[in-house]
Amino acid sequence: MKNWLRIAGALALTLGLALAGCEKAPEKAAPAVDGPKAGELKVGFVYTSPVGEAGYSWAHDQGRKAIEKMGGVKTSYVEAVKEGADAERVIENMARGGFDLVFTTSFGFMDPTMKVAKDFPKVKFMHCSGFKSSENVSNYFGRIYQARYLTGMTAGLMTKSNTIGYVAAFPIPEVIRGINAFTLGVRSVNPKAQVRVVWTKTWFDPALEKDAAISLLDVGSDVIAQHQDSPGPQEAAQERGKYSIGYNSDMAAFAPKAHLTAAVWNWAPIYEAIVKEVREGTWTGNRAIWWGMDKGVVDIAPFGPMVPKAVQDKVNAQKELFKKGEDKVFVGPIKDQAGQVKIAAGVKAEDKELLGMTWFVEGVVGSVQ
Amino acid sequence: MNLVIRKREESLGWGVLVVYLGALALAFCVCALLLKMSGKPGFGGLAILFRGAFGQTYALLDGLVKAIPIFLCALGVALSFRMQVWNIGAEGQFALGAVGATWAALTFPGLPGVALMPLMLLCAMLAGAAWGAIPAALRLRLGVSEVISSLMLNYIGILLLEYLVFGVWKDPASFGFPMTAEFASGGQIARILPGVLGKLHWGLLACPVAGVAYWVLLSRTRLGFEIAAAGEGERVARYAQLPYGFLVFFVMGLGGALSGLAGSIETSATLGRLQPTIMVGYGYTAIVVAWLARLRPWAIAFTAYLLAAFRVGGEVMQLELQVPAAFGPIMEGAILLCVLAGQFFLTYSVSLRPSPKAARPAPPANDANDAAKGARS
Repeated sequence: MKNWLRIAGALALTLGLALAGCEKAPEKAAPAVDGPKAGELKVGFVYTSPVGEAGYSWAHDQGRKAIEKMGGVKTSYVEAVKEGADAERVIENMARGGFDLVFTTSFGFMDPTMKVAKDFPKVKFMHCSGFKSSENVSNYFGRIYQARYLTGMTAGLMTKSNTIGYVAAFPIPEVIRGINAFTLGVRSVNPKAQVRVVWTKTWFDPALEKDAAISLLDVGSDVIAQHQDSPGPQEAAQERGKYSIGYNSDMAAFAPKAHLTAAVWNWAPIYEAIVKEVREGTWTGNRAIWWGMDKGVVDIAPFGPMVPKAVQDKVNAQKELFKKGEDKVFVGPIKDQAGQVKIAAGVKAEDKELLGMTWFVEGVVGSVQ
Repeated sequence: MNLVIRKREESLGWGVLVVYLGALALAFCVCALLLKMSGKPGFGGLAILFRGAFGQTYALLDGLVKAIPIFLCALGVALSFRMQVWNIGAEGQFALGAVGATWAALTFPGLPGVALMPLMLLCAMLAGAAWGAIPAALRLRLGVSEVISSLMLNYIGILLLEYLVFGVWKDPASFGFPMTAEFASGGQIARILPGVLGKLHWGLLACPVAGVAYWVLLSRTRLGFEIAAAGEGERVARYAQLPYGFLVFFVMGLGGALSGLAGSIETSATLGRLQPTIMVGYGYTAIVVAWLARLRPWAIAFTAYLLAAFRVGGEVMQLELQVPAAFGPIMEGAILLCVLAGQFFLTYSVSLRPSPKAARPAPPANDANDAAKGARS
């Protein structure tokens, strides 16, 4: 009996009609979607992880929403883009789609950004955290290490076991610099404390990040910090009744009993300034914008209720210095793990050195491999 | 009146096409419904997807580029599925192929392209074949299920790749980011006509060559006949005095070589260096493709392209509608589920009748009468 065949036929026919119906739709809708209105700036964002509810891409997305409010700006994004072959196509699609300004928000998008920028000289590209630039590519980043330093101070004052765990993504300068600043913060208030590092080699993998945190708790860490996009490590700390330090955004909601504070991004000021430049025609390539706490790009999240007033005051006093533009995080003498002086006494490390940092400071337990 | 399900004795002919189209239609309706439920235009969203996948020359080319590794891996697993040997290890064999090609590219950077490229492809195919041969050996010697061992070897293969890229092969100029140095120009597969054909590269040539070889092997050679015969079961094959062990090694090895080839082409042509991010699950997509295509080479080519194009179109849909990235895999899942459900109707006939009768081929007119009778009773 083949009556099902008729049913399938009817279904196919329905689909055909439906598709034929909507085939016409884009012709009408296309101008609204594609064609920018006169004077409207189209801005695209490429994220490496899903936006979700917290984390690195979420923080960038808050910045995107801020520039959307500026009026005359239309934004869009593609999330969870792997830092490989797919990235080039995604960036290229934005350039083709009439986007005027494209933000590629992760280190691994560097080469794809450069490749696409070469083919689309009229589109402006901003690559986050990298070091390659050209006529139509500039770099931008924030001095999150200042916030790391403050969270390090908090951890150093709160730890009892003098062992602090740090779940970290990739051994690249950006992450190493954060670990170093954090450790310098810890040791500025607690010279006996150590920071133990575990690499996950992923930006975003909640289960793996949590497992890494558990391994750090198992070796006696009582504060867990992270350079990861998910709140997995926070949850691990709370389940063991220990403390945690968040990253990217305020993660208190995920581990209210553990979350001391967090190093947070506030991308809005930087994105607003860049959009303004592009509109006014003052934007140029071959630049690196690297703003700190004085411009409000980085900050720390509100302290949890378990952090004593004395600790808060001490950290806040240092925060005021950063806000005034006084940045002494990487001022020597700073020794590496082997005890050798890498930054001489009284010398402030240059941005170039910080951007290429591949060694750990004294007090870090772990390797940069 | 009861529902009767019977195995078909005759293939459906053109009905097959109707079933497939119906299944696809159903899958798209489900996707449109999902879009609608998340507050996006339903069929309008699908229209953007189709436009993103097929609406522009460059979109078609992007899909084609993405289809190359999927097609080669799918051909590889389809070969072993023909023999009812369940090679789930294309992902790991793909990784080993990438490793093999990278080894050649990094060890002999001075060789001219005409020598280096064949060497890279050969190393990739050998590495992939060796990785495929392990589950074959485990099965024949120790009776270990190749489903488990080939799947487990995926993780080992990927970890091996990461070990090398994070360790000995890491580019000193990469600032710690996991990637090897860029291959010498002789080790990079060139684009065919960069201005005209976009990112389409010479690796495409491997597809028709492999596809035709697969077809000739299975339908025109004694070996192909033996593979099909051995697919009836190990005992049958041994009773017929077929070299069963050799055949298992052959399909697993050749399948591994094809996946390895895919890995080397992807590494050499799209990135020009090895990075862990080349592992995006083509080896698993390949299994889906092989099943959807029911192991036929033409259908594999078509399905591989279709799934690749949907991924490309999915990105455009994400850009324009801001649907979550997870929508792409959800859509793939919906298509697979609907088509597999549809395939049920290809193998079985479903009818409503008072009592089961012997299956017999009947002209459609009689069918209609039977249906009417069934409905009355």
